[in-house]
Amino acid sequence: MTASSSLTDIFSMAPQAGAAAMPQPSRRSFLKLSGSGLILGLAAPIPDLGGAAQAAAWPAGLATDPFVRIGPDNIVTVIIKHLDKGQGAATGLATLVAEELDAGWTQIRTEFAPSDPIIYKNFAFGVQGVGGSTGLANSYEQYRRAGATARAMILAAAAKEWGVKPSEIAITNGVVSIKSGKTATLGALADAAAKGPVPSDVTLKTPDQFVYIGKKFPRVDSAAKTNGTAKFTIDQQMEGMLVCVIARPPKFGATVASFYATAAEKSPGVVAILQVPQGVAVLAKDTWSAIRGRQALKVSWDESKAEKRSTADLVSEYRALLDKPGAVARKDGDAEAALAKAAKIVTADFEFPYLAHAPMEPLDCVVRYDGSSAEIWTGSQLQTVDHGTACSVLGLKPEAVQLHTVWAGGSFGRRAIADAHFVAEACAVAKAYGKPVPIKVIWTREDDIKGGYYRPIYVHRVRAGLDKDGNVIAWHHRIVGQSIMAGTPFEAMSVKNGIDATSVEGANTLPYAIPNLTVELHTMKVGIPVLWWRSVGATHNAHATEHMIDLLAKEAGQDPVAFRLSLLKDKPRHAGVLKLAADKAGWNTAPPPGTTRGVALHESFRSYVAQIAEVTLKPGGEFKVTRVVSAIDCGVAVNPDVVHAQMEGGIGYGLGAALRGAITLKGGEVEQANFDTYEPLRMSDMPAIESYIVPSAEAPTGVGEPGTPVVLPAVANALFRATGQRTLQLPMNKQKYQSGPLKA
Amino acid sequence: MSISVNINGEKRKLDAAPDTPLLWVLRDELGLTGTKYGCGAALCGACSVHLDGEVVRSCQIQAQDVEGRTVTTIEGADDKVAQAVKAAWNKLDVAQCGYCQSGQIMSAIGLLSQNAKPTNDDIDKAMDGNVCRCATYHRIRAAIHEAAKSV
Ligand code: FES
Ligand code: FES
Repeated sequence: MTASSSLTDIFSMAPQAGAAAMPQPSRRSFLKLSGSGLILGLAAPIPDLGGAAQAAAWPAGLATDPFVRIGPDNIVTVIIKHLDKGQGAATGLATLVAEELDAGWTQIRTEFAPSDPIIYKNFAFGVQGVGGSTGLANSYEQYRRAGATARAMILAAAAKEWGVKPSEIAITNGVVSIKSGKTATLGALADAAAKGPVPSDVTLKTPDQFVYIGKKFPRVDSAAKTNGTAKFTIDQQMEGMLVCVIARPPKFGATVASFYATAAEKSPGVVAILQVPQGVAVLAKDTWSAIRGRQALKVSWDESKAEKRSTADLVSEYRALLDKPGAVARKDGDAEAALAKAAKIVTADFEFPYLAHAPMEPLDCVVRYDGSSAEIWTGSQLQTVDHGTACSVLGLKPEAVQLHTVWAGGSFGRRAIADAHFVAEACAVAKAYGKPVPIKVIWTREDDIKGGYYRPIYVHRVRAGLDKDGNVIAWHHRIVGQSIMAGTPFEAMSVKNGIDATSVEGANTLPYAIPNLTVELHTMKVGIPVLWWRSVGATHNAHATEHMIDLLAKEAGQDPVAFRLSLLKDKPRHAGVLKLAADKAGWNTAPPPGTTRGVALHESFRSYVAQIAEVTLKPGGEFKVTRVVSAIDCGVAVNPDVVHAQMEGGIGYGLGAALRGAITLKGGEVEQANFDTYEPLRMSDMPAIESYIVPSAEAPTGVGEPGTPVVLPAVANALFRATGQRTLQLPMNKQKYQSGPLKA
Repeated sequence: MSISVNINGEKRKLDAAPDTPLLWVLRDELGLTGTKYGCGAALCGACSVHLDGEVVRSCQIQAQDVEGRTVTTIEGADDKVAQAVKAAWNKLDVAQCGYCQSGQIMSAIGLLSQNAKPTNDDIDKAMDGNVCRCATYHRIRAAIHEAAKSV
């Protein structure tokens, strides 16, 4: 059975197809038989968490394939509702189905789901999309249930065929068998299974029955990503396809005043030069011709509404607000009064730069639009937002637009954008061109680095007070920065009483037992588009809080691990990862000669991570991070090896930003352009990493992001212990670290 | 004017303008999309291929420079070292997003072809030009050591 025949079958047979008024067409399980296999879809009875109104406006039956397809060829295809941008979503979701179905791992294939805000919604968002490390957590029950239902139907079919009770049948590694020795494959029973009723309830395995969950087994995408065959958006090639690059304004908020296209039009291979709201698009028969054509284009920009401030201007405006009270995000006791009584006060002001995500595959999107329908291919992280945006730009109904999600070469947040700007501009180009050929819009690396949607600049002040016995009696934390959520459709979800939760997360949830604690926020308006960047608020709050804790431990004359544990008496999961990391790193043993250890701990995305970094100072004030020991408590680790991979990569991503990451503005223009000026982490920077997982039976929580923010304070704390120098300004290459007497 | 070149063991004639970077010839003209664009400026290594057996950044090589020469891309890399490297990459599940990995693998094959038992320092030197934004460096290092066992 081909995918397309099953798509059509399901579409035409879905009972509520076209009934736009039916808000929840898939509340009950449904099953469709196409005469050649079993196709199973389930909508787990999990409550809507917002976005329901939006979802209801979509016509039912737009979704075509549900979650599992078993073909007569014995291939089990798991339909992946989330983008896989390297975090292992495809492997993770396939694991859940394989587990409950008892499929053999080698018969599993994956396919990205079509766009459907109801069937394929993320239960954490209410629409289809992934982010905030929710991918596996929100699917954990849904995909297991899909696997278990398919299993029950296979059992029923085998029971009928062999004249035995379902309870007498076993399925192991994809082989269905009974004691007498009779066996069959899943594929052989799929057709018969599809004819039976869909069970209304199924029992899921208990953890002791798990075959796959919690074990190491191969990723589904390694082979294709090792032999060059994995197809990303940039790799899409179609008959008649044009490639497009866009000249965008050098300052954010500027628009096209006029342009001179004659030279560009004459450039070899250039097909058209078109003005779109985002800039001037150069369409050519291939990528190089498009890039070269753009070089020949002259655009004058209307900068009257553009943001023209420099980084230095912004930072000094932000810093001025550190002296003024902000909106209160948390208030326990009276921090000011306690500070007034403190025996010692430690104050630290922090400064964090704009950061670009710089995924390895720059943004790109393919659109084929014929005036009445469109197809889009892209690494879509928020399918519902991308799909909806395409519809509004093209003036088409959702059912006239097909969105194909393809592998993405990284995202780190960059592909999940409330305004879906890169999809919007590709649609604008397709509409302006007006011919039904596929158009691939690609961003060059320079476009990517200069393109905005950065992790915002933040400035912090933390003041904390110790009593004469070294107890922390007061903590006052003031944060100044742009809101990621304000002005987006996510605003209502995240911004309450002037506090964007993403600005203060991790600061207002400080786990330490401190009786008087205040967290305040000033929200700035700046004309630079900003966005969540791997681990979001934790990217700055983890550093400010965890570096501060070490400054206090030093003041209190205590060991940083013991000091933390003394403040975490009723936080067992925080304490658990801290103890595990300390134990594995040999915290209480002498570090290798010339090496100093630092520790940090942070909870984000409901996972707990502690890390211990070892650093060595080099002549000239440089340093090298030689080893990082990491411990995470993320509930059940569905695939521990994927969890380890996310910790390794997350640490590297965070360390890269910590060492050298900064986007700066001069007169509103971005000063960096490519990997020479926005320097990524490289092999020689990468420490040895040891990752440990706290065994847990709790529901799985995030792993894509929580490893990233902890390394920064862990390294800073090691440097503090080695040199007495604080790390108050990021990135770390802003200062030289020299060993000398400890001074706090 | 057409350019003759041996690509992955096959003789090919290229139509591209002589100054077109080899990267775009491979991808757009020949459909060999395993070789990736990451920076276009010799800063990331995503476009790494072998030219007469040497690791080069294909974004920096012009079509006219490959006349009469031999180019191997990820799709065609299948000698003993290449097989060992690809197997190690698979065994250790190195790839995350995977976008950089063709370039990483081509550089690793280059390294192991010259140096069958590289140290971590050798790996740092040979691989520093290959950026991985997913920071899979830890596993790349391990996979190179793993591949070295069977080279
Ligand atoms: S694309 Fe050639 S080195 Fe980056
Ligand atoms: S695996 Fe994603 S950039 Fe290397």
